[in-house]
Amino acid sequence: MRYLPHTSEEIASMLEAVGVDDLDSLFSTVPEECRFSADLDLPEPLTEWDLNAHMQALANNMAVSPEYKVFMGAGSYEHFVPASVFYLLGRSEFVTSYTPYQPEMSQGTLQAIYEYQTLTARLLGMEIATASHYDGATALAESLLMAIRVTKRKRVAVSRLIHPLYRRVVHTYFEPTGYEVVELGYLENGVTDLTDLDNMEDFAAVAVQSPNFFGCIENFQAVGEKAHDRQALFIASFTEALSYGLLKSPGSQGADIACGEGQSMGIPQTFGGPALGMLASRKKYMRSLPGRLVGQTKDLDGKRGFVLTLATREQHIRREKATSNICTNNSLCALAAAMYMASVGGTGIRELARLNHDKAEYLKRELKNAGLAITFDDPTFNEFVVEFPAGFQAAYERLLEKKIVAGLHLAPYYPELANHYLLCVTETRSKEDMDSLVREVTS
Amino acid sequence: MKESLGANGLILNEPLLWEKGKKGRSGFSLPRRDVESSPLGQGLTCEGPELPDLSEIDVVRHYTRLSQWNFGVDTGMYPLGSCTMKYSPKTNEKQASLPGFAGAHPLLPAALSQGVLQMMFELQQYLAEITGMDAATLQPAAGAHGELTGMLLMYAFYKSRGERRSKIIVPDTAHGTNPASAALCGYSPVPVKSNDQGILSVEAIAEVMDENTAGIMVTNPNTLGLYEENIHKIAEIVHAKGGIVYCDGANMNAVMGVTRMGEIGVDVMHLNLHKTFSTPHGGGGPGSGPVCVKKGLEPFLPVPRVMEENGIYGLSEDFPESVGKMQAFHGNVGVMIKAYSYIRSMGPKNLKKASQLAVLNANYIKERLKGTLHLAYDRPCMHECVFSDKNQTAHKIATIDMAKRLMDYGFHPPTVYFPLVVHGSIMIEPTETESKEDIDQFIEAFKTIANEAGRNPELLHDAPKRCKVRRLDETTAARKPCLAG
Repeated sequence: MRYLPHTSEEIASMLEAVGVDDLDSLFSTVPEECRFSADLDLPEPLTEWDLNAHMQALANNMAVSPEYKVFMGAGSYEHFVPASVFYLLGRSEFVTSYTPYQPEMSQGTLQAIYEYQTLTARLLGMEIATASHYDGATALAESLLMAIRVTKRKRVAVSRLIHPLYRRVVHTYFEPTGYEVVELGYLENGVTDLTDLDNMEDFAAVAVQSPNFFGCIENFQAVGEKAHDRQALFIASFTEALSYGLLKSPGSQGADIACGEGQSMGIPQTFGGPALGMLASRKKYMRSLPGRLVGQTKDLDGKRGFVLTLATREQHIRREKATSNICTNNSLCALAAAMYMASVGGTGIRELARLNHDKAEYLKRELKNAGLAITFDDPTFNEFVVEFPAGFQAAYERLLEKKIVAGLHLAPYYPELANHYLLCVTETRSKEDMDSLVREVTS
Repeated sequence: MKESLGANGLILNEPLLWEKGKKGRSGFSLPRRDVESSPLGQGLTCEGPELPDLSEIDVVRHYTRLSQWNFGVDTGMYPLGSCTMKYSPKTNEKQASLPGFAGAHPLLPAALSQGVLQMMFELQQYLAEITGMDAATLQPAAGAHGELTGMLLMYAFYKSRGERRSKIIVPDTAHGTNPASAALCGYSPVPVKSNDQGILSVEAIAEVMDENTAGIMVTNPNTLGLYEENIHKIAEIVHAKGGIVYCDGANMNAVMGVTRMGEIGVDVMHLNLHKTFSTPHGGGGPGSGPVCVKKGLEPFLPVPRVMEENGIYGLSEDFPESVGKMQAFHGNVGVMIKAYSYIRSMGPKNLKKASQLAVLNANYIKERLKGTLHLAYDRPCMHECVFSDKNQTAHKIATIDMAKRLMDYGFHPPTVYFPLVVHGSIMIEPTETESKEDIDQFIEAFKTIANEAGRNPELLHDAPKRCKVRRLDETTAARKPCLAG
């Protein structure tokens, strides 16, 4: 087997050094009743040649771009990634290293993550950011728990226009804790209804997503003011990090914590994971942050260097008193995002975000001109909700056969929105793709 | 940029990202604009974030240089105990980057994602087979996330029976994250000490197990690298009081095909695909922490679950007692593909062989280093062995000094000061992918360092000398944190 380097002579001499007769005897401390004596019922090994064929066959059994025109976002976005990002990310010194527990040998990962933290803080308009989390949903759950730790209150308000799957993750995390999640409804124009907050007491945080699940841009400023009036934290959530290339950042509008998904920045969709949970906050909450942090310091000669820091908050030291159980981050995904932000740059990210916005506006306008109803009036980023005629499901299936995925049906998530679909357009969809979608849905 | 780029031969300097570049450069080619501009209302937009503008070559040189300051498994031996830094086969990377997988949207209809669903379904089956359990979920994003999932499953199980238990037994030889995962689910961890053999005694568990205790979180093999010989009886005691046995499977690399947790009394366990199943760690993640369960806990697994009927794969939400969702989508599919590719490359016999050779390598190191370093528990170990700095304290040399000196010899240091049960611990896990020659070199390096400790301790105190930076001031980093530039 090519991954196992031992020759039989080496095995024999090592067994002799250990003082046992054969490989089985190495397991003398495993009691007889704990031994598994049969062979595992697994497929026999494939050669690399056969493995390639098998995996290619599986991969071929998937509907992906460019063959399929996918107009679906909802938390996972198709964006163009420069070849240089894939190339650099594949460097084995990054890929095959572990958590940088020995900083002198891990300055590459550590400086890269420090830079990621900085770029993330700048993108979100916040002071500091963590070294990353599993995904946008877990980053939101951890942010809400953080707000509960900071305020010592036990209830949180969460907009219904936060990604429905993120809210389900929050409920999973909250179930055994006894903390309460109150959901805020939405208004006719497609943004969160904040009036319920006026009657709520003692809540730790308000979490609102922008652009929200319907693609609409929320008024973060107003949410922040309401939260701060009640000494609660304002958590800004997002699924499309790229939007802040154009839109006002959460931090500039009063967010105390900004958290969400960074997949848009250089990370392949891969059926949803691995993804990139981004989490940033004001500096004063530094010691309440969950997860890993990298800090700058100096070495014995006064040279700049980087280390994992503030570990006393974490499980390694405080064990049951730890602020969260997170052990790993999504370091390589954070690195991809940093490489992507570095490649696009400040000028490029603004132009790219604008292009995403403008393309979606084009499709929105064309659908409207074709007589379809655009459900919500408020400005959107690269996603929007459209109402198709009753019975559209059959047409949707027909479009799939023509290799067009006409958005996400919203009824399973918002039962009140039957026949409503969430459509997404990024820079990867051409005018021609959009024109043919309009032709097909109206024919 | 003040410093010169070339520092010393191939030891290259590199500034921070934003100390490079010039306004107006770009390393990205923007797609053609084929629609007109549609301005957004005033008050919604900003000038754009303050990211540096760099050309492609700026970016490429930056990260190429950074990568050269990093040590990975591909660079050399990385014997980080409990982390299982085995070689990551390159074919795995190729499979995970196939456009059909990498470009797949997670909310595609099942009919359009049969390939990935089949892979996930089969991987679930394989993991259940390896662990001797009945069902698996692939959703948890990392080992600690798997632990949390396991705790939520236990919570949901008791809830379904109208019970609420408040405690959980966590041995001192369990992984560091275990108590925190339990605490997140409202359980108070009850610490239990291992015996003078470094394992759990039946009596110690019998003493603390009661009807208010949800169960035990045991790590087997434990963090001393020892097999919990009494696991069978311990499971009986826990079960007799209605408790559940959770096994932290981070050390599964030692026992594939040797012991099946489901057959020795374990009810729920997580695996680390980024340890046992050869997926790379990426400098600290992404990982993947599938959870395997016995029948009784299956109804509580996270949704959606991947199901198969007549060769057609689908996702089902139809599990009313499920704990819910652990991640927005289906878990770290990219990591799953790599683990799947590994299992398919290895087959049943090679997986068992991998465990045997991992254990052989660790025992070989244990035997050859035990005169040089103090061996914490002198008995057959599994995939890792734990020493301490006891033999070196007379020379005022601590574990950390030896660890740092190892860098000058071209090795990544082992895990140090963990597990906490051994004072000044040095935990070495070679894994099965290290050859005898490389291990012999590692042993020689350690022996030389021990010799230096007696002869010239300053060499160790000053180490490392051949890295990009010398010892870093971690105290100042924590006291006056600087987390962004």
